[in-house]
Parts: sequence; structure tokens; C-alpha cells
Amino acid sequence: MTDAVITDVPRSVSDARAAGRFLLIASTVLLCVWVLVPIYLLIVNTLSSPAEVTGFPKTGIPSFDFGSVQFFLSFAGVARALWNSVLVAVLTMVLSIGLGAPAGYALSRFDFPGKEAFRLLVVMTRAFPLPLLALPLAVMFIRVGLDDTALGLAIVHTVLAIPFAVLITFSLFSGIPIELEEAAWTLGCNRWQAFRKVVLPLVLPGIAASAVFAFTISWNEVFAAAVMTIENRTLTAFLIQSLNVSPLHLKFAGGAALVIPALIFIFAVRKYLFAMWGIANR
Amino acid sequence: MTPRFLPYALLLPATLFLLVFFLYPFVQIAVLAFSGPEGFTLQHVQTMTSHWKFGTALTNTIVLAAIVVPIQLVMALSMASIVTKLKTGRSAILYIFTIPLGLSDLAAGIIWLAIFEQSGFLNSVLYGLGIIEQPILFLGYQNIWVIFLAVILAEVWRATAIVMVILVSGMGLIPREYYEAAEVFGASPWKRFVKITLPMLRPSLQSALILRTLAAFEVFAVVVALGGTTLPVLMGETFQWQFALQDRNVASAYALVILAISIASTLFFLRVLRVPKEARI
Repeated sequence: MTDAVITDVPRSVSDARAAGRFLLIASTVLLCVWVLVPIYLLIVNTLSSPAEVTGFPKTGIPSFDFGSVQFFLSFAGVARALWNSVLVAVLTMVLSIGLGAPAGYALSRFDFPGKEAFRLLVVMTRAFPLPLLALPLAVMFIRVGLDDTALGLAIVHTVLAIPFAVLITFSLFSGIPIELEEAAWTLGCNRWQAFRKVVLPLVLPGIAASAVFAFTISWNEVFAAAVMTIENRTLTAFLIQSLNVSPLHLKFAGGAALVIPALIFIFAVRKYLFAMWGIANR
Repeated sequence: MTPRFLPYALLLPATLFLLVFFLYPFVQIAVLAFSGPEGFTLQHVQTMTSHWKFGTALTNTIVLAAIVVPIQLVMALSMASIVTKLKTGRSAILYIFTIPLGLSDLAAGIIWLAIFEQSGFLNSVLYGLGIIEQPILFLGYQNIWVIFLAVILAEVWRATAIVMVILVSGMGLIPREYYEAAEVFGASPWKRFVKITLPMLRPSLQSALILRTLAAFEVFAVVVALGGTTLPVLMGETFQWQFALQDRNVASAYALVILAISIASTLFFLRVLRVPKEARI
């Protein structure tokens, strides 16, 4: 009797385990399909000829015809839009790290009156619909001659990216013991030398990751880009303004042009993604 | 430079930047929305509210957020729980789950357009299964609810990842001992989830919900890609007034409406999911 009980219980438990295991794997697979299939379908459309893109029914298998891609790349304004997108994103990257990293360092290394006020200012940016900044800034930029320039748009994108830059660099610097810097001081380095020779090499990968993150924020932004650029349109502005007049294969190739760099960027910074959002929590 | 002034010198650039390009412009929005040739005026607000699209745009935006955000919350909680349970392939699965996080909302709209357009993949599948004789025009003005559904799917697809990432990093902060103790007392996995994970996850839930609801109020490119101007939303109308109709005063009035509902929802979540100071980990 006791024997039966002993052998019975583990079996039902292990059955439940197996069922739970199956459920876990099944839902994981299902969720991966849900994420990946739409992207796959966009790539299929991009790698099909224009006739196939408008054709029906579709097979769901790419024919590796580069007609759509060629059409997109040679379409008037696309090359310039791509260039503008890159330019604005690089400017955003430089501005947000250049302004954000010193602030992150100050927050991690010093205690001083006004620290909380600054944190509040950074946190506040998250309670505001930031793309709307484009409206008043457009007026402001006309006055100072920054309207329809890459720098003007990069400034708006920097407002979007700077809270991340500050919080990420704050946590990066906090991860490096101050003792390392103090040791360098005792060995005769001044503050700047200690920073450059000891701290900087350690945080460089993380700073590069947050720079890529800032680049992606700018690369993906639609509303401000569409409002603030007329001649110097970025890729997103170009696509959204020509959506109702452009043929399907142009839209899909354009969509792929937006997606593929973003996929590479996210892959490059995947290690830091959770650290970034983990601290974005606080 | 003396160490006393160093932190201020380091903070100065970022502070100035945010004051000039963040706080000041938000004041300017209100100025633009309420100023006319003779000073203060409600003219622009009246133009906005009397336009036939205003009511629809406001309702659509709020209803969209009210549907999308809860779905995302449930999905993100399940995804986060799955990820924390996985033993093998955890990082690969995590990467796949987070892919949509890096995609533009415009790209997401175009991706779902490939599925829903008339010669698209949904019609192809339905045709292949013999359910329909010829492709249906899903995204026309006759079927606004299909556009609505497509926008919901695209938004859920794109932006669930961000909620998941916040929740996963929040779950990482919950001490393992709590679960071990609950297991000793015989709590089922579901009970552990409800009694430990959910309450301990409150700060993360709060920031995820605030972030997502605000972004949901800003829905724009997905809607334009899938429905053009057939389905009016607040951000789309703001863009129309600013860009097509060249009236930045009415556009600013729209911006104020988005700002108002954003602040209202932020305050709501701050209050409802309040975390007492002594309960923080």
C-alpha cells in the first residue's frame, strides 16, 4: 500500500511537470512565430518583383527578384532621405551622449544639492508626449534659421534620447567602484587623467551601446521628422508623406529599409537592453 | 576647478538643453493654442472641437489605448513568466521576443499592411483555404472596424516587447527566497504568481503602464500606414492641421488635448499602483 503511494505520487507530479513543460515550449514557439512571421512576410514582399507584390494570390515564398529594391533605391528622393536619416541619427547620437554622459557621471559620483531636481527633470520627460515638441520647436527654429535642417530635427530627437543616455551612463558609472579612481589619484593622476585612463576604457562598450540606442530612437521616429522636414526629409518622413500616392512595392521596400538596420542595431546592443530598461524603471 | 562646482559643471549642458528644448516648448504649445492676433483667444480650441473629426479622433484614440494596453499587459506578463522559466535557449528567445522593440511604428504599420492589403497574405491564405472566392478589400472605409482591428494587432505586435522587457527586469529584482518559502508552504505556481510576483512587480507594472499608455495615445504612423485618414486619431489630426492645413494653432490645441489625457493617465497610474516607500525593494 505504502509502496503504491510512493510510486504513484511522483508519477502524477512528473506527468504534471511534463504537461507544464509541453505548454511552456508550445507557447514559446507560438510567440516566436507571432513575432517573426510578419517580418518574414515583409521580407518576402521586398524580395519579389513589383508585379508579384501586387499579384494575387501570394505564395509566401520570395522569388529573390530585386526589382522592388531597385525601384525603391532609384526612386527620386530615396537616396537623399536615407542619407538624411543617417545624418540626423548620427547627430542625435553625438548630442545625446555628449550631453548625457557627463550628467550620468555627475549623478553617479557626487552628492550635491539639486541632484533630485535634475533627476525629476529627466524623469518628467517620460510623462510628456515628446513628439509634440516638434510643433513649438518648428516655430522656434524658423526664427533662428534651424528649420528644415538635420541639426534642428536632431535636437528634437535628442530630447527623446537624452533621458536614456543619462540613466544608462549613470548606471554604467555606478557599476565602476570609485576605489579604482581613488587608486589612480594616489598614483599621481589628476581627476581627468584618472577618468580617461581608468574609467573610460571600462565603460566604453556600454557607452557605445547607448549610442546605438540613441541612433535607433532617431532612425525610427516618424512624427517630428514628418513635421519638421520639408526639403531635407528623412526616410520615415519621406515614407509617411508619400504613403497614399506610392505603389505597394515602394512601401514594402521602404519598410524593409527601415527594419533591417534596426534589427542589426537591436542585435548589437541586446546584452544591454535589459540593463537599460531595468534602470529606466526607477 | 574645485570639486564643489564640478557636478554642476557636468550637469549644466544637459540641464540647459532640457530647459530650452523641453520645458520651454511645452509652455509654447499652450501659448500657440490660446493666442490670436489680439492676445488670448479660444478661437483655435473652438475650431478644433467644432470640427466633425475631433470627437471621433478622441474616442478612437482612447478606445484604442483601452483595448491595446490591457492585451499587452497580459501578453507581456505571460512572455516574461515564460522567459524566466526557460532553462535552455533563454537568451535567443529573449532576443526574438524583443525584436519588435527596435522597429519603428511606421515599419510595423507597413508590415501589417502586407498582411491586410487587398492582394495581401491574409486574403491569399483565405483564398487558398477556399473560404473566399476573391480578395476582400479589408482596409476600405466600408470596414472601419477591420482597420481598427489591424491597428490593434500591429500595436500589440510592435509594442508588447517594451512592456515585457520592463517586467522581466522587474522580475529579476524579486528575491528568490520568497518563492522558495511559498513553495515550502505548498503554494501552487498560479498562487505564487498572484501572491508574490504581481504585488512585488508593482513598481515595474506602474512604469510599464505609464510608458505604454502614453505611447498608445501617440499612435500615429501605424494608423496612417493601415488606414490613411479613414480612421482619425488625435496625433493624425495634429499632423493634418500642422502639415496639410498649415494651421499650427489648431494643431497645438490638439497637442494640448493629447498632453491632457497623458497627464491624466500618468496621475491615474501613479495613484492606483502607488508603492509605499517602506515596501520598495
